[in-house]
Amino acid sequence: MHRRGVGAGAIAKKKLAEARYKERGNVLAEDQIVQMSKQLETFKSNLEEFASKHKQEIRKNSQFRVQFQEMCATIGVDPLASGKGFWSEMLGVGDFYYELGVQIIEVCLALKHRNGGLITLDELHQRVLKGRGKYAQDVSQDDLMRAIKKLKVMGSGFGMIPVGGSYLVQSVPAELNMDHTVVLQLAEKKGFVTVSEIKDSLKWEKERACHVLDHLLKEGLAWLDSQAAEEAQYWLPALFSELTSRDVTPEEANQMTP
Amino acid sequence: MIYYFMFYLDVGVALLSTHRLIWRDVKNHECCIAMPLSQILLFEEQAAGIGKSAKIVIHLQATPANKEPGPYQHSKYSFIKLSFKEHGQIEFYRRLTEEMTRKRWENTPASQPIPIGTGSQAGRTRAVGIVGIERKIEEKRKETDKNISEAFEDLSKLMVKAKEMVELSRSIANKIKDKQFGLRSYLLSMGIADPVTRETHGSGTHYHMQLAKQLDDMLQAPLEERGGMMALTEVYCLVNRARGMELLSPEDLVNACKMFESLKLPLRLRVFDSGVMVVQLQSHSEEEMIASALDNVSDKGSLTAEEFAKLLGLSVLLSKERLLLAEKMGHLCRDDSVEGLRFYPNLF
Repeated sequence: MHRRGVGAGAIAKKKLAEARYKERGNVLAEDQIVQMSKQLETFKSNLEEFASKHKQEIRKNSQFRVQFQEMCATIGVDPLASGKGFWSEMLGVGDFYYELGVQIIEVCLALKHRNGGLITLDELHQRVLKGRGKYAQDVSQDDLMRAIKKLKVMGSGFGMIPVGGSYLVQSVPAELNMDHTVVLQLAEKKGFVTVSEIKDSLKWEKERACHVLDHLLKEGLAWLDSQAAEEAQYWLPALFSELTSRDVTPEEANQMTP
Repeated sequence: MIYYFMFYLDVGVALLSTHRLIWRDVKNHECCIAMPLSQILLFEEQAAGIGKSAKIVIHLQATPANKEPGPYQHSKYSFIKLSFKEHGQIEFYRRLTEEMTRKRWENTPASQPIPIGTGSQAGRTRAVGIVGIERKIEEKRKETDKNISEAFEDLSKLMVKAKEMVELSRSIANKIKDKQFGLRSYLLSMGIADPVTRETHGSGTHYHMQLAKQLDDMLQAPLEERGGMMALTEVYCLVNRARGMELLSPEDLVNACKMFESLKLPLRLRVFDSGVMVVQLQSHSEEEMIASALDNVSDKGSLTAEEFAKLLGLSVLLSKERLLLAEKMGHLCRDDSVEGLRFYPNLF
């Protein structure tokens, strides 16, 4: 009696079927790759056409950039992933943001000795604009934030901490947990904070408050004014530079002098 | 009179100053009516609808006795409506709100009132000068608007096509487990994240191999100058400043550096515990660095990261990493106080 399904013949047949299946799988993939290449060429020419008409818009118009970025995100594309990407090469989006990244790094590095590696987004914005000069393209805070997001991948500790309606930009790998962040947010209004204020507002024990403040001191993010009237004040140079060295217009100056 | 803001209605222009709301016929500029802002009781927006344009409805207070003659003797209505046929309602509303809040007419006296309905010489001259400016502004605005809206339209169309590409490539990338060069480059060009590794595919493309070799050439001298090690952010700035155009993205740099080892180049990408990433000359071995750190610290008795940085001409960031590394290996120990972090030779 013949027994089907078992024996050398059946096994060979099975192997053959598997091999055929794999082969077909490869062929399928090959077909698709060919199709993809064709589509890619078409897309490239579409992109070229778009670039020839609107490349300026990307550079000049920050609203347009926002729109562009959001649309890319929606379809699952990161136009800033690589300088070699189509978007970078043809629209020049890449160069815009990568150069901004360089400027951000340089500003943060220059001020690190003073603020410990923490700076408000506003101050960063002002200084970057200054550094770019009068004739350079304008950059918005949205542009800065996108550039900073990209810098994170280089492990230098870049991050953004939400504070008082805007952000603090961190540029050193100091460990800042929720407790530190909350104290920074508390200090935002006046540029400094005291142990009592922390205890009152956040309902913490003195030890917890001191622990957080010590860490900020150690990291160079806070300076101690032990000669303040009632109680030691912990000042954050990242914050007080805005309060005490803001540019004043001539009218404001007139109003200030008695 | 400070001409603050202007918009075109379909037969007239509404102007807002710090003191008045003015309407002027677009064809006959001598036909002009004005109303002091102080007459406004309250105002509200009416959004545009199908077949309806956006409007602002302005409710007025009772007529004062000294009111100048206007287009109508009487009206049963106590409000007027500004109908914005083209656009401008939002901005006008915003500015009106601002002026009504600030009430600047209470502080500064109004300048000479504009001539109303008279054919006086002075009035005509003034109107002509302003007409020229207004027209220029309007033309510019229309052109800019046209450019922008065309740009947005084209962008939307482009994105639709891009979306098709993304979906196709995702379905392929999912099927092919072993990604060939071609597919990886394609994903990279489009900026699409590899659905399997979730990286916008970096390592392993021809581009990154080339980059890695370029970096090797470029970084030898700077690295030697800096004690054999540079933070990746420093490399990023150095390389991109030198290139000037066609800059590298941060990801490009990281992915190129990851290839140093497999390409047998004498550089290495190294990640410290803190997350800090550096490029380091392979010749500068770990043991050497630790030994040198220990020597320096022993020599001075103790060192902070800042002092060590000054000594070696390194950045504070990197000198700190070296000290931490030596500590990790058991050669140094720390004294952590509010004064700072100081390292001592480990005598335990």
